[in-house]
Amino acid sequence: MAYSDKVLDHYNNPRNVGALDKRDPNVGTGMVGAPECGDVMKLQLKVDPETGIIEDARFKTFGCGSAIASSSLATEWLKGKTLDQALTIKNTDIVNELSLPPVKIHCSVLAEDAIRAAIADYQKKNAAVAGQPVAQTV
Amino acid sequence: MKLPIYMDNHATTPMDPRVFQAMTPYFTEHFGNAASRNHSFGWRAEESVEKARKQIADLIGASSKEIIFTSGATESDNLAIKGVAEMYAEKGNHIITVATEHKAVLDTCKHFEKRGYRVTYLPVLRSGLIDLDMLREAITDKTILVSVMWANNEIGVIQPIAEIGRICRECGVLFHSDAVQAIGKVPVNVIKDNVDIMSITAHKLYGPKGVGALYVRRKNPRVQLTAQMDGGGHERGMRSGTLNVPGIVGLGEACEIAGREMPEESARLARLRDKLAGRFTAELAEVYINGTMESRLPGNLNISFAYVEGESLLMGINDIAVSSGSACTSATLEPSYVLKALGAADEIAHSSIRFGLGRFNTEEEVDYAGNKVVEVVKKLRELSPLYEMAKEGVDLAKVQWSAH
Repeated sequence: MAYSDKVLDHYNNPRNVGALDKRDPNVGTGMVGAPECGDVMKLQLKVDPETGIIEDARFKTFGCGSAIASSSLATEWLKGKTLDQALTIKNTDIVNELSLPPVKIHCSVLAEDAIRAAIADYQKKNAAVAGQPVAQTV
Repeated sequence: MKLPIYMDNHATTPMDPRVFQAMTPYFTEHFGNAASRNHSFGWRAEESVEKARKQIADLIGASSKEIIFTSGATESDNLAIKGVAEMYAEKGNHIITVATEHKAVLDTCKHFEKRGYRVTYLPVLRSGLIDLDMLREAITDKTILVSVMWANNEIGVIQPIAEIGRICRECGVLFHSDAVQAIGKVPVNVIKDNVDIMSITAHKLYGPKGVGALYVRRKNPRVQLTAQMDGGGHERGMRSGTLNVPGIVGLGEACEIAGREMPEESARLARLRDKLAGRFTAELAEVYINGTMESRLPGNLNISFAYVEGESLLMGINDIAVSSGSACTSATLEPSYVLKALGAADEIAHSSIRFGLGRFNTEEEVDYAGNKVVEVVKKLRELSPLYEMAKEGVDLAKVQWSAH
């Protein structure tokens, strides 16, 4: 099975690899998947509290090339978006952008799940920290 | 050194040019049908087939008449198991095999399970070897066949064939072995090891694809098989079909070369394999060799690089052809059932790479592969959340994962 050029590009030059401080109240962390299933994605985003815009995003992924590419692409797309905008990213967008074959669709699903998990973590944290309802999105 | 490098010699081997040379006259010049009894074309073909039969028999300690030609190992395994199960149906309906067998054996056994036979799938120990006591206990008066592969295609582990043969002989049960990975790589002797039926294929020992053989013992005991194809009654009535003369010549030549060069070749491959394994264990933490190194094919290394997924590793070393037990690389999206049978955690299977060194691999290639793999594993570990967690001291086994 041949990989698309975009998958190869993300695999060879993954964007935004790394970790943000998960104790930072402005950081949301999502970890999805399981080692026994062969893929685990950790995706983090950092929200500017003033503007509500995602100013940084990082990932680390244990998984196949398509899983790495899906999460790398997700971090690229997250930057500059509000949380509401981020929630509109669909796995099918990732499938189309990376030309993933049917057997790799679950990689894109996992990336979407990771985005949602990171946002949920951020919202939970901020509801708790500020004692306010979850209304950080602009 | 030429790229890409082929190191997947358990999947198939390149044909030895000497084998190819021996075969070439049999396509256009000596094209006769070995069953043609009344002209020189047929005689020439038959003569060549008989020479090949002898070359194969000599390599495995058999006599020429005990070699039945087939299309390859899958057919040989099918003929062995189906042939025995049907021929000896009155004696019993129980077959014993092993969880780590090739699908050609496992699925053939399943076929008989559906038809009312009872099949015991012996588990393996962490080493990949079967427990001989469990085999002994599994045999009943209804057992007609034990089928245990000589060497495993994924982990290269060599089963204690001589002991298994002895147990089967004591109990009066026929013993079949799928020996495709072992023949030409390690000494195989059907007399010394008490094997009754044995599957052979050419393309795993530098011969052509599409030709194989089945050794069928003729005395002590005389094994009979029910034919699985109707036709001209070739091959002592056990396997009809015009013989693939060029392929058979190639198989014979491949066996002769392997017999002659085995001692030197296996020592060289074992040294290169150990060098490769040594590099990984010296330069990388948390690498695990799957299956015992004590009883193993010289060219095999099956190794897991913890926290790195196999397919992503293959992608990073794409100028080296190897394979992985990762789910992502299999058609079924299931991790290797062989590695799972060892009792390894699924993530060990997902992180496994199989190196199969062969006759044409050079030391330079092995060094190149070693460098490349170490480099890519390091890179992928920097990308791995599991590696990060392990470094932080998180016990991955205790994490609540969101399975999907």
